[in-house]
Amino acid sequence: MTEIPDHLLKRAQEAKDKAAAKKAAAGDAPSADAPAGGSESSESDASAGDSRIPAHLLERSKSAKAKKSGAAAGGDAPAGGTATITKTADAPAVAADALPIGAGPGGHTQRLLTVVKSGSIQDVKSKPVDKVHVWPHLLVVEFVAALACTAFVFVFSWLVNAPLLELANFNQTPNPSKAPWYFLGLQELLTMFHPMVAGVTIPGMGIFILILAPYIDKNPSNKPEDRKFAISLMTVHLMFWAVLVIIGSFFRGPGFNFTLPWVDGLFFEL
Amino acid sequence: MAKTMQGSGGIAGKWDDFKGTVQGSQAWSSIFRPGSIFRKGYSDSPRNRSYVVMNSVLYHLHPVKVKRSAVKVSYTLCLGGLSFFLFILLTVTGIFLMFFYRPTAAAAWDDIYALQTSVTFGLLVRNMHRWGAHLMVLSVFLHMARVFYHGAYKAPREFNWVIGVILLTMTLLLSFTGYLLPWDQLALWAVTVGTNMMGYTPVLGSQVRFVLLGGAEIGSNTLLRWYVLHVLFFPFLTVIFMAIHFWRVRKDGGISGPL
Repeated sequence: MTEIPDHLLKRAQEAKDKAAAKKAAAGDAPSADAPAGGSESSESDASAGDSRIPAHLLERSKSAKAKKSGAAAGGDAPAGGTATITKTADAPAVAADALPIGAGPGGHTQRLLTVVKSGSIQDVKSKPVDKVHVWPHLLVVEFVAALACTAFVFVFSWLVNAPLLELANFNQTPNPSKAPWYFLGLQELLTMFHPMVAGVTIPGMGIFILILAPYIDKNPSNKPEDRKFAISLMTVHLMFWAVLVIIGSFFRGPGFNFTLPWVDGLFFEL
Repeated sequence: MAKTMQGSGGIAGKWDDFKGTVQGSQAWSSIFRPGSIFRKGYSDSPRNRSYVVMNSVLYHLHPVKVKRSAVKVSYTLCLGGLSFFLFILLTVTGIFLMFFYRPTAAAAWDDIYALQTSVTFGLLVRNMHRWGAHLMVLSVFLHMARVFYHGAYKAPREFNWVIGVILLTMTLLLSFTGYLLPWDQLALWAVTVGTNMMGYTPVLGSQVRFVLLGGAEIGSNTLLRWYVLHVLFFPFLTVIFMAIHFWRVRKDGGISGPL
């Protein structure tokens, strides 16, 4: 009726093969057979199956076997042993040694078909996550952040005016001529390298490597202690640009020569 | 209106009746979907809290619920959200500025000057646009750093990181194209320095520079081109990439959890 999933069948087959191999190795000692039956379900080896059946039960079954064989009575053994299924290991495996009718291979009247861990077949729901409603918890935070941002820009704009120099004049190059601040790192590189290297190759490589970062960094962890190399590399990268931008912004004066802002003043417009 | 109501007690009751009639009307309930706080009978229930998000065009980018740890300000510092908010702020102030600006070499500087001196709030709005733009470059950059340091670009969010880097480039281009528009000495020479660098790109460099400048040197054509790039082309692309970016945040499992 019910279909047994492929992976369980495969697992059972593996366990059977293993048990057969073990049996062949250990001769036909009957005691070695019982735990091997229990290991049908275990994904690891037969020794793991051994541990599933408590020792005292094995003892009990052994003594029952001995008693049965001593009495030499086979009439009261349960019929149809192969059809009997003990679902769990804690049901005592009463074995009849006297080979009753319908006994299974090895003379067992009862077989432990499978012990299934609840997680492997049951639909276990994912663990509950501590969640809150977006409204009001997140929307309020977003609203306050937006309000604070607006207030900051408003007050800053009220106090500080945006620069408007004199009308553009092609005949009068200001000294120094500076790019917008976020490109001043590139302009700083321009003092050291050929324009193609400073203006194209280095920033191009920077962007390209940045795009590839998630494909280069295969480390699945996002804990800082596991990603010391990635964090160091990024920090060096960010600091590289930050330092260049700061030098280009504040430490470059007429002729883009090095100056100290506290000596010669600022040559910087936003 | 409230003052006139105080006189007779019956008016307050009539006002409530009137409110009930309006909020119960078909027109009102067709405008405000379930969950709106303007709707009749809004109460603070889990059901209504969900409806607020599901039934609002502004809020439905959010999931109904988020991890408690994800709403901690200390985790994201709101940097991504602030970048988006600054984009909106810049759009609003930018539209205002467009009413007073003509992108020609003859008129541009005079328009900015007139905006500052004779337009009500003109100076303030221009200041907000400029400082907001610088702040946006900064916040996008810091957002990227935050995402990197949290390892939030890792599977399954790799592609959203790529979109993010594109958006960072877009932000820089938006800022840079806007830099020329005041047509003052600062704008002209900053852009000259920037575009000279671009000209050194191998193979296509000088052609790309020619197309962008509308000539061999910066001139009136450049101003018009950069104006169109600044107010239409790059915002258009940015909005598309932002839509993908936000959509992927949801699809990739919400904002990434804390470490």
